[in-house]
Amino acid sequence: MFRHRTGSVTEELQLVPPSKLAIEDVSKTFQAATGKVLALDHVNLQVNEGEFVCLVGPSGCGKTTLLNIIAGLEKPDNGSVRADGKPVTSPGRDRLVMFQEPALFPWLDVFGNVLFGLKLKPNLTNKDRRDVAKYYLELVGLTRFEHANIHELSGGMKQRAALARALAPNPRVLLMDEPFAALDALTREQLYGDLQRIWKERKKTIVFVTHNVREAACLGERVLLFSPHPGRIQEEFVVDLPRPRDINSVDLAGYATKIIRSLRKFSEEQREDGR
Amino acid sequence: MKRFLSAAFFFVVLLVLWQAFFRAKIWSPVLLPSPLQVANYLKGAIEDGTLGHATVITMRRLLIGYFIGIVVGLPLGLLIARWNLLRDTLGTTALGLQTLPSVCWVPLALLWFGQTEAAMLFVVVMGTLWSVVIATETGVRNVPPIYRRAALTMGSKRLHIWLTVILPASLPFIVSGMKQGWAFAWRSLMAAEIFVTILTGFGLGQLLHYGRELSAMDQVIAIMLVIVVIGLLADKIFFSPIEKFLHRRWGTSQV
Repeated sequence: MFRHRTGSVTEELQLVPPSKLAIEDVSKTFQAATGKVLALDHVNLQVNEGEFVCLVGPSGCGKTTLLNIIAGLEKPDNGSVRADGKPVTSPGRDRLVMFQEPALFPWLDVFGNVLFGLKLKPNLTNKDRRDVAKYYLELVGLTRFEHANIHELSGGMKQRAALARALAPNPRVLLMDEPFAALDALTREQLYGDLQRIWKERKKTIVFVTHNVREAACLGERVLLFSPHPGRIQEEFVVDLPRPRDINSVDLAGYATKIIRSLRKFSEEQREDGR
Repeated sequence: MKRFLSAAFFFVVLLVLWQAFFRAKIWSPVLLPSPLQVANYLKGAIEDGTLGHATVITMRRLLIGYFIGIVVGLPLGLLIARWNLLRDTLGTTALGLQTLPSVCWVPLALLWFGQTEAAMLFVVVMGTLWSVVIATETGVRNVPPIYRRAALTMGSKRLHIWLTVILPASLPFIVSGMKQGWAFAWRSLMAAEIFVTILTGFGLGQLLHYGRELSAMDQVIAIMLVIVVIGLLADKIFFSPIEKFLHRRWGTSQV
């Protein structure tokens, strides 16, 4: 009995193969106060198994919408998203989302939050669930705070807790929507290191949305530049730097400058087009 | 300890003032009995069982009615928050009835149920129900949508989301609605007991009423004190700990 139980925790913590994502011809229109906005205009994107892709662009370029569509939280007007060949029609725990605001549940403590997704997984005993939650809290460095209330955590700790909660059900894809945007620079730098380590350790496919070009260059293997009105992928950059990468390194600054130049070029072109 | 001492000091001063007013004979002793007379009445009423009996009857009416009000009100509030059709119809009705002072149900309850326990229960239920319904609905509507989205991605669905996300997320609202419902129920029950003699049992309100009939001011004041103490106890024993827990968890300010 005991052997069986420990067996299932090991099983639960085993690496799952990361997903391959295929986004085909996805369009999405919103009705805004000023009229119709084409948030995504025939977007095509392939994300390989275990790849770390960053979507970068100014606000309102549809990158968050694309993330929500991959998550299954929104439906595209046109086109489709496939994860490992299977069409995405609804949210599912193989694709977990980490939001910009931590979205942690204030009525549960840190441990309860990490446990939330695990409780929805059948075939686990409660002891297994607790062991798994403990493992992920250790992975993000929050073991000492497992019974803290959410409001007692700093911004960085909240995002660590949110990361643990998203990792705990062992998803194949991690979708991150500007998760570090509200944090101070020092905390962010620590989290860049941690996220790279965790990505390497847990082998997830990660789609990471940000408007911070340096952040994108630091984290992504590929950086996709989005442009707004209509939301399109304008350019793709492959960041070929060894890991772990330091956000302050000179090589990284070179990549970031290249991306920023493109970003400026597109926004100037757009300004000329749009009077 | 220091806080307890200063509170105790305050109440001792209050008693001394009372006694002083009584001694000064500004008002007739029939209108203003001394603290001792009130204490004597209480002692007698406790010893002969009158007070205990009346308290049990009143609390039974209150607790049963309050329980029914919550058990019906919570799901009703959730349903109203869930469907717009119910919000426009039942929700508006609930809002209207909540503004109706629950004492106003007493005449109707008497005509419908006669002088029975059912009439008393009905008044208490009406006092509780609408506050709980409105608070639950408001609570649900104030749940940040991101909680729902986060739960959806983790594989939570429909009923599970309602029970494990929406309901706990609206707890601060629901608890304050329960508190308001308790206050309304308590007030309307007292009013009903004072106005109506129910042959199935004498509650605190009825003791108060007979105190007036007999011009027994010591009885009137003593029963009023008992009613105040019950209200305080309900707050300190039941609501305060829940509110403290919510404030601690949510990190909302409470000194």
